[in-house]
Amino acid sequence: MNFRLRIWRQPNAKSPGKLVDYEVRDISPNTSFLEMLDILNENLLRGGEEPIAFDSDCREGICGTCSLTINGEAHGPDHPGAVCELYMRKFRDDATITVEPFRVGAFPVVKDLVIDRSALDRIVQAGGFISARAGSAPEANSIPVPKHDADLAMEAAACIGCGACAAACPNGSAMLFTSAKVSHLALLPQGHPERESRVLKMVQVMDAEGFGNCTNTYECEAVCPAEISASFIAKLNREYARAQFRQRIGE
Amino acid sequence: MIVAVTGIILIVFVIGHLLGNLQIFVGPDWINGYSQHLRDLGPLLWAIRLFLLATVLVHICVTIQLAMENRSARPEPYMDKRYVKATFASRHMVMSGLIVFAFIAYHLAHFTFRKTDPRFALLKPDPFGHYDVYSMMVYGFQNYFVSGFYVLGLFLLALHLSHGSSSFLQSLGFNDKKLNPRLALGGRIFAWLIFAGYTSIPVAILLGLIKPAQQL
Repeated sequence: MNFRLRIWRQPNAKSPGKLVDYEVRDISPNTSFLEMLDILNENLLRGGEEPIAFDSDCREGICGTCSLTINGEAHGPDHPGAVCELYMRKFRDDATITVEPFRVGAFPVVKDLVIDRSALDRIVQAGGFISARAGSAPEANSIPVPKHDADLAMEAAACIGCGACAAACPNGSAMLFTSAKVSHLALLPQGHPERESRVLKMVQVMDAEGFGNCTNTYECEAVCPAEISASFIAKLNREYARAQFRQRIGE
Repeated sequence: MIVAVTGIILIVFVIGHLLGNLQIFVGPDWINGYSQHLRDLGPLLWAIRLFLLATVLVHICVTIQLAMENRSARPEPYMDKRYVKATFASRHMVMSGLIVFAFIAYHLAHFTFRKTDPRFALLKPDPFGHYDVYSMMVYGFQNYFVSGFYVLGLFLLALHLSHGSSSFLQSLGFNDKKLNPRLALGGRIFAWLIFAGYTSIPVAILLGLIKPAQQL
């Protein structure tokens, strides 16, 4: 298969970037999108050009490192799934494909398609953990957790922190990410003691990082590679209201 | 949450106002008596009006502030952007809302304060001594531009409500995986019923189905 690519090139955070046209030929339909970029980079290196910088790590959809907006969709057209799980057979032969970084003010471009997502780390550092040392994994049934809660917490914990939710959101909001982290811990007994302070601090840092606000368009859940449901955002709203109320009445 | 609560208040008003207006189909005595009844509330009517005005202003001010934060959250726009799930209505709430606000301002000047049409001052009271709202509406809507702007305003209101009338549940923390798609559909149906209900009035007048109760 042959493709025409329009790829965002930007030397560093301070210089302006632009879309540059490339061509790749004789690509197997079973090549992954990232492998196709590897092939293009090999060609660029052979021609003495600077290769295209992009992020990837596990290449099996579990690490959340890859972060490309392909034809205007975060992680490309094959939802749910990360870019590394996208194969060239999803595209028409001779198609023109536009590749951009995740565009959110809180994710500054480092180079080309590589972005700095440490804003998400700072949200987690604000409260997305349990302060007490929990030691090694306890006996499975020593702390009983209702099945429904355990399942929901597991669903929320599936978030791989890629930031596609904020990238796809028309408002650049990271509510789906934050809601998954808040819900995951709020649902489990180990997370209960810090339930209120956690949601207040994490939302405060989320806002301070310059993410937008949720307007319930549900674009985030449509592109999420871990299929996190926007119902967790409703849960975040509940948790936040509850924490604010309890703080007001002085609890 | 403030947007959701003020939104609910305004939705309740939109329903009540529609039920009041639809009395034009029953006849002049009903709608004229109804509007006289509202005016007889006196200070209470003004309290309700000021409350609604405050609700509208809070709804707008908070959303404009949120929208400005949302704009600055993505300083560099996408060269190419496709939406998978976000509807047109949900992405253009500010645009539809502000045009609806402009429409409401005109609508109040037109029918509530009657500053735009000098003919309304010439209308004589109906046989019960009430102001002839029925004829006022008929003469008002006989103008194609007035009716056109009205239909446009209502179209944008319905677009606004097709997202807003189910979205407020999510903002208030209510989201059920099974119920949500049905509530979203219900919200859309509600919004277009509101559109159909309100626009039936100018359409009926322009088709000549409703005639003025008195000549000017």
